[in-house]
Amino acid sequence: MTSQTAAPAGPTALQRFFDSDIWWSFRRNPVAIGAAVVTLLTFLGAGFAPWIAPHNPYDLASLNLMDAGRAPYWLDETWQPGDPRFWLGTDDQGRDILSTILYGARVSLLVGFLAVVFAMSLGILLGLAAGFFGGKVDAFIMRIADVMLSFPAILVALLIDGVFRVSLPSDMHQEIAVYVLVLAIGFSSWVNYGRTVRGSTLVEKSKEYVQAARVIGIHPAKIMLRHILPNVMGPVLVIATINLATAILTEATLSFLGVGVPPTQPSLGTLIRVGNDFLFSGEWWMTLFPGAALVIMVLAVNLLGDWLRDALNPKLR
Amino acid sequence: MKASRLMGAFAAGVAALALMASAADAKTFRWSVAGDANTMDPHSQNAGPTTLVLRQIYEPLVARGKNAEVTPRLATEWRQVDPTTWRFTLRRGVSFHNGNPFNADDVVFSIRRSLAPTSQYSIFTDTIQEARKVDDLTVDIVTKVPDPVLIDKLTSLFMMDEEWSKQNNVELPQDFRNRQETFAVRNTNGTGPFFLHERVVDQRTVLRRFANYHSQIESNITEAIFRPITADATRVSALRSGDLDFILDPPVQTVEQLKRESGLRVLEGPENRNIFIGMDQGSPELQYSNIKGRNPFQDVRVRRAVSLAIDVEAIRARTMRGLAVPSASFIPVGTRGWIEEIARKPRPVNREQARQLLTEAGYAQGFEVTMDCSNNRYINDDEICQAVAAMLAQIGIRVQLNIQPFAQFLPKIQRNDTSMFLLGWGVPTFDALYSFQSLVHTRTTGSFGLWNHARISNPQMDALIQQMIVELDPAKRNQVIGQALRLFDEQVMYVMLHEQVIPWAMRANVTAVHTINNQLELQWTVVN
Repeated sequence: MTSQTAAPAGPTALQRFFDSDIWWSFRRNPVAIGAAVVTLLTFLGAGFAPWIAPHNPYDLASLNLMDAGRAPYWLDETWQPGDPRFWLGTDDQGRDILSTILYGARVSLLVGFLAVVFAMSLGILLGLAAGFFGGKVDAFIMRIADVMLSFPAILVALLIDGVFRVSLPSDMHQEIAVYVLVLAIGFSSWVNYGRTVRGSTLVEKSKEYVQAARVIGIHPAKIMLRHILPNVMGPVLVIATINLATAILTEATLSFLGVGVPPTQPSLGTLIRVGNDFLFSGEWWMTLFPGAALVIMVLAVNLLGDWLRDALNPKLR
Repeated sequence: MKASRLMGAFAAGVAALALMASAADAKTFRWSVAGDANTMDPHSQNAGPTTLVLRQIYEPLVARGKNAEVTPRLATEWRQVDPTTWRFTLRRGVSFHNGNPFNADDVVFSIRRSLAPTSQYSIFTDTIQEARKVDDLTVDIVTKVPDPVLIDKLTSLFMMDEEWSKQNNVELPQDFRNRQETFAVRNTNGTGPFFLHERVVDQRTVLRRFANYHSQIESNITEAIFRPITADATRVSALRSGDLDFILDPPVQTVEQLKRESGLRVLEGPENRNIFIGMDQGSPELQYSNIKGRNPFQDVRVRRAVSLAIDVEAIRARTMRGLAVPSASFIPVGTRGWIEEIARKPRPVNREQARQLLTEAGYAQGFEVTMDCSNNRYINDDEICQAVAAMLAQIGIRVQLNIQPFAQFLPKIQRNDTSMFLLGWGVPTFDALYSFQSLVHTRTTGSFGLWNHARISNPQMDALIQQMIVELDPAKRNQVIGQALRLFDEQVMYVMLHEQVIPWAMRANVTAVHTINNQLELQWTVVN
């Protein structure tokens, strides 16, 4: 509304957005709205964890071992009855589960986002180059992509993580664990972007505006980035959304296997692994709540990605 | 022609039948602990998971019985000829797994091998001047000074075959610290009731019954498959689903559940093992700390502050779920020289006093230090470390944890590449000297201070330890041990946490004998 009054001359960016097909399709799709709300909530919860979490699980001095293993606050039949200070109970060290989930989601999302950005940049760069230059460059890049596609992403990630683990001293590994994970997950998923961008580039390359740009002697790099890239970004964004969910899951899997982030700065995967050891003793809340948080987060992002794909697909309109 | 072929077929059929019959009473026993044995060399690593496997394959001259009493094994008789000489009569008709006969030469060889610098077993033999062959089945062991605990110590020394060792170039124990690979690291040749059939490091170790074993044993196990599984939940699941028959170390939080489950059985008993925290008191500057130019742990006030900040009762109740006995004593209960009044003294937490002590020592702002921990060796070792880190944070000591599997943790601390660590210590000799000599005596040669990675050096303590070695009068010797225990306590040489209470979990059809040293003997284990 404010933008409307500020710029009466023509439709503003915001107004254009509200008039767009995307917004229209979004408003008519309750699943998409629900997914967006949940996604937004998880992002906010994770982003503002230090301000909204009831405890700081990283502050060791605030932990009391006598609070360890408390049940969620509405239960009191277990050996450690629930306590209103800890809504979802505590883990084996007396950390508040709700707080560890919020902080853990932060690590999971951080790794997921960085990995997606990394994979996207790499994929776009290689895809553009392959599509634009063609020939040997294309063949070389695409054969690498084919080889990587023939391995499951988790295997590639494990391999990269393993190489880093062996080549770096263990005390250093803890500090850079997050970046190693980003590299590992990013490397294992750039192929999707690369292939899509290459395909779109091949289509765009033969269009007249590209031919024209070439004729007037614009540098190939500039043609790729200024002219072709904006036209291939649509599908890339769809992949990125779905890839975010995959990246979060891969990170959780790696951390669950014990090769991800260290227990001192737990992600959701680490929390599930630690809690898993207490499942048989009846302390289900240590693993169930982080697991549920992961499922909800990934599901919401996935549904949002699905909707985005359909909304941007002209055939489905 | 035809007849002979027929005969051949008949013979094959009989053989097949015989095979089937033996397969019917064949009992396979599948067992697991969190961590693998780190070598098969019987004189390299004196560590629980290693001896757990090796004791099924190799045997000592004298062994521990079901109640930890000394019983004959490869020696049938022993007597003291004079104060420094013991004469052992060896068992007749014993052969090694490869068929070589066991004789006096092997005893002489094994004792000499255990005294090599790469051996951790010299702690059991370092008072020995020489072992002398009298005849094929008689050996004299001569000690440098009268040794009151020699027989106790020999229960931990495995006998090897001299001929096999020479053939395979393993006359010296593996140099574990430098990760040496030798033939004996992956191959064995013992006299025990089981022989090593297959070994894949960290995967499985398959033992099979030795047909020519010298004695009758209770066990009906023909094949024992040892499969280390680090993940607690996985190990317990494997037991519950019937993939395993026995686990030595169920996670304490599952013990109550396992007890209730039909088809499973839990044996509980004390272990003569203490869990404690070591602090580097020898280096002029800690390797892993933000304090430069000096070493906080050299100040006894800092060590006392650490002790005051740790709530051993909370660790017992929460982390150990009650399966621990808090102990302030350096040696565990059941050890010669143990004093109840020291071990069981109350240990209230006093953070005020701890902070006060740190301030007096010049660390009002606290300090940072890295603590090394294993995650598959002692009961809940990594959880204990996390709890300790949280407790120390409350007095301003910020502990970074470096948690690794035992196989990586051990070589690291053995290189003295540590500032603080969590360790457990069992006492196979049931005598205080073993602990004092290994962990507290100034590091010199042989087994003196071999495990002293806290780099303690206290002349008064060293003098007391020397006295323990030579004092023969039991009453006086106990007094010396008492003095040493008090000095240890006063100086807070290690921060003692608790003695472990060990639960073993097994399928209901397995009978096993729970031992205080937490070592399963397959020869006493029966699968019904």
